[in-house]
Amino acid sequence: MRLERAELLQIYYFMRLTRAMEDRIRTLFLQGRVAGGVYTAQGHEATTVGAAMTLRDGDCIVPQHRDLGMHLVRGSSPRAVMCQWLARGNSPTLGRDGQMHIGDMHHGIVPSISMLGESLPVACGVALTMKMRKRSTIVLASCGDGATNTGPFHEALNFASVQKLPIIFVIENNGYAYSTPTYKQFAIQNLSDRVVAYGMPGETVDGNDVLAVIAAVERAGEHVRSGKGPALVECKTFRVRGHSEADKADYVPKELRDEWLAKDPIPRFEAYLTKENILTETVKAEIEAKVKTTVSDAVAYAEESPAPDPATVADYVFAPAGLISIVGEPGAADPRYVNALDTRTGKPFTTMDAATIKTPEEVGRR
Amino acid sequence: MSAVTYLEAIGQAIREEMRRDEAVFLLGEDVGTYGGAFKVSAGLLEEFGPERVIDTPMAEAAIIGSAVGAALMGMRPIAEMQFIDFITCGFDQIINMASKMYWRSGMPVPIVIRGPSGGGTKGGPFHSASPEAWFFHTPGIKVVVPSTTYDAKGLLKAAVRDNNPVLYLEHKLLYRLPELREELPEEDYIVPLGKAITRREGEDMTVLTYGAMVRQCLKAAQTLEEEDDLEIEVIDLRSLTPLDLEAILESVKRTNKVLIVHEDILTGGIGAELSAILAEDLFEYLDGPITRVAAPDVPFPYAPPLEAVYLPNAEKILTAARQLAAY
Repeated sequence: MRLERAELLQIYYFMRLTRAMEDRIRTLFLQGRVAGGVYTAQGHEATTVGAAMTLRDGDCIVPQHRDLGMHLVRGSSPRAVMCQWLARGNSPTLGRDGQMHIGDMHHGIVPSISMLGESLPVACGVALTMKMRKRSTIVLASCGDGATNTGPFHEALNFASVQKLPIIFVIENNGYAYSTPTYKQFAIQNLSDRVVAYGMPGETVDGNDVLAVIAAVERAGEHVRSGKGPALVECKTFRVRGHSEADKADYVPKELRDEWLAKDPIPRFEAYLTKENILTETVKAEIEAKVKTTVSDAVAYAEESPAPDPATVADYVFAPAGLISIVGEPGAADPRYVNALDTRTGKPFTTMDAATIKTPEEVGRR
Repeated sequence: MSAVTYLEAIGQAIREEMRRDEAVFLLGEDVGTYGGAFKVSAGLLEEFGPERVIDTPMAEAAIIGSAVGAALMGMRPIAEMQFIDFITCGFDQIINMASKMYWRSGMPVPIVIRGPSGGGTKGGPFHSASPEAWFFHTPGIKVVVPSTTYDAKGLLKAAVRDNNPVLYLEHKLLYRLPELREELPEEDYIVPLGKAITRREGEDMTVLTYGAMVRQCLKAAQTLEEEDDLEIEVIDLRSLTPLDLEAILESVKRTNKVLIVHEDILTGGIGAELSAILAEDLFEYLDGPITRVAAPDVPFPYAPPLEAVYLPNAEKILTAARQLAAY
C-alpha cells in the first residue's frame, strides 16, 4: 500500500494522541482522579494504530484492553474515553464499567471484557453475520500473547477457519502476560506459528515499525477480503510499563526494557517522516498543539461531567422489547429499533450530551 | 392436524421462527446433517441450508460467543448445547459477555441458548444436569423451563423474540413422552416469559414447581385428593427469570402452606430463593414451614438404583405434602 503524505501524518497524529491520552490518564491516576486501575499500552502505538489504519468503512474492530489507538482511529471519542476512565454517568457504560471496555456496533466496535481471549468468539459472530449478509466488510480482532493460551482463542481461530470468516486476527505480543514472560507461556518462537494448526496464513512482524505493521495487516486483509477466510498477524512489541499502574514491573530485566525503549515506535516513525521531509518542525508543532487541545478538552469535559446517579444502580439489566435492526443495513438507525439508539438513555451511542459540552476555557485550565 | 410431541413442538418453533424472521438461525454441534443428537432440528438443514443451520466444531465458547457477536449485529441466533451439561464449557460467554452486555453497553443481545436438561435417562453425571440455579443467580439472562408441549413451542417462540439472552431448558425425559402429545393451534402463538400457570387449583396447599417435576406434583396432588381429601394447588412457574411473583404470592396467601419441588439439588437452588422471598413477604400468612423437595447435594449418579433414589418423584412429594398438611 502506497501511503500519501496526509495519511502518514494522520497515522503519526493517532500514535501521538494515543501516547498523550495515556500519559494523561496515568497522571490522573497518580492524582487519585481515576476510580479504579489503569492499564495502558506504551510501546503498542505502532501496532494498535497501524492495524486499524488498514480498515475501510463498515469494517468492525474487536479490540483488547491495550487498544486505545485502534479505538481512536475507528472513531471512539476522546471525551467518551476520558469519561469512561473517570467513571462518569455519561460514559459509554454509564459508569457501569471502566477501562477501554467501550464500543457500539454502529461505530463497528465490540466492547471488550477483562477475560482476555473471550472477545475472539464474539468476533466470529460479527464476521459470520457479514458472511451471511453477503457483505464485503471484515473484522479486525486483536488479543495479547497471554490470550493466545486460552481456549476461546483456539476455538475462535478454528471456527473462523472452518467457516472461512472474514477476520484478521492481530496478536499484540508484548513480551509479558502480567509478570509471566513468553517463555513460560508457550514453547514456540513466533505466535504466528499457531496458524499451522488452523490452516490460515500468518506472519510475524516488527510491531514497533508502523509501516511494517500496516503492510502485514494489509496483506492479511487482501486474503480475508478475497473470501478465503481468516488470516493472522503477530506484531512483536513490548509493554515498557507494568501490567497496570499498580505494577512496578521490576521482573523485567533493565537491559531488556532499555533495548525496547530504544525501539520506541513513535521516535522511529518520526525519524522516518523527518528524513522523508514529511514531518517538518512546523507540522510537528501543529500536530502537538492539536494533540494537546484534544486531550485537555477530553479531560476537562470528563471532569465537568456528572457522576452516575446512585438511584439508577438497579437499572438497565434487561433490554426493552421491540424490533431490532440488522446493523449496517439501510434504515438500521431508525429510532423505532431497540438497537438504533442507546435505549438506556434514549440518545445516540457514545455521543455526549451536546448541552453539557464546554471548552477548556469555560471550565478553566487544570 | 395431529398431536405432536414435546420434541416436535420445539422443532416446529425453531422452523416457524426461522420462516418468520431471516435474522433467526441455528448453530450447534450436529444440528445440521444429523438433525441434532435428539433430532430436534431434523429437516431444518434441508429447508434453510447450511448458512442458517450451522454444524459447528465441538466448541461451546465458539458457539455461544458467535451467537453473541451475531446478536450484536442484530441477528437472533439459537445456540444449541448438545446436552445442557456442556454449557459449562461456554460459561464465560454467558456470564461475562452476554448477560452484562446491555447493562454496560446499551446493546441488546437477543440470543437463545437451549439444550436437553434433566435426568431420568441413565445419563450419569455429565448428561443429566439441571443448571438453572447458576443462571437464575446471574442478572441479565432469562431462564425458562417448559413442562408441556404447548409451552415448549410457545415459550421458545417468545424466547426467540425476546431482546435478551434467554436460557431455554428443555427436559429430555419429556421429549417423546406419549402423555404429553398434544394438538397445537394452527395459528402463531407465544407463551409470554414471566407468566406462571396454575395447573391445578386448590385451597389446602400451594406447590411451586417447574419442568419435569410438574407431572410428578400433579400425580401426587391427585393421590392427595383421592386418599387424603386435600385440595392441592400446583403452580408451574414456566419462567424462573423473570419470576411471576404475583401469581406465587397470591396463591400462598390463600393456601397458607407451600411446598417447593425441583429436580435440581437442594442447596442454593431455586427453592432456596423462593423460600427466602416467601419468608420475607408472607411471614404472617404461613401456617407451616416452607418445605422443599429436591435432589440431595451430590453430583448426579449413574447406576439405576442410585438415580432412582436421587431424583425427586411423586412418592417423595406425597410424603412431604402429607407432613406439611398435618403441621
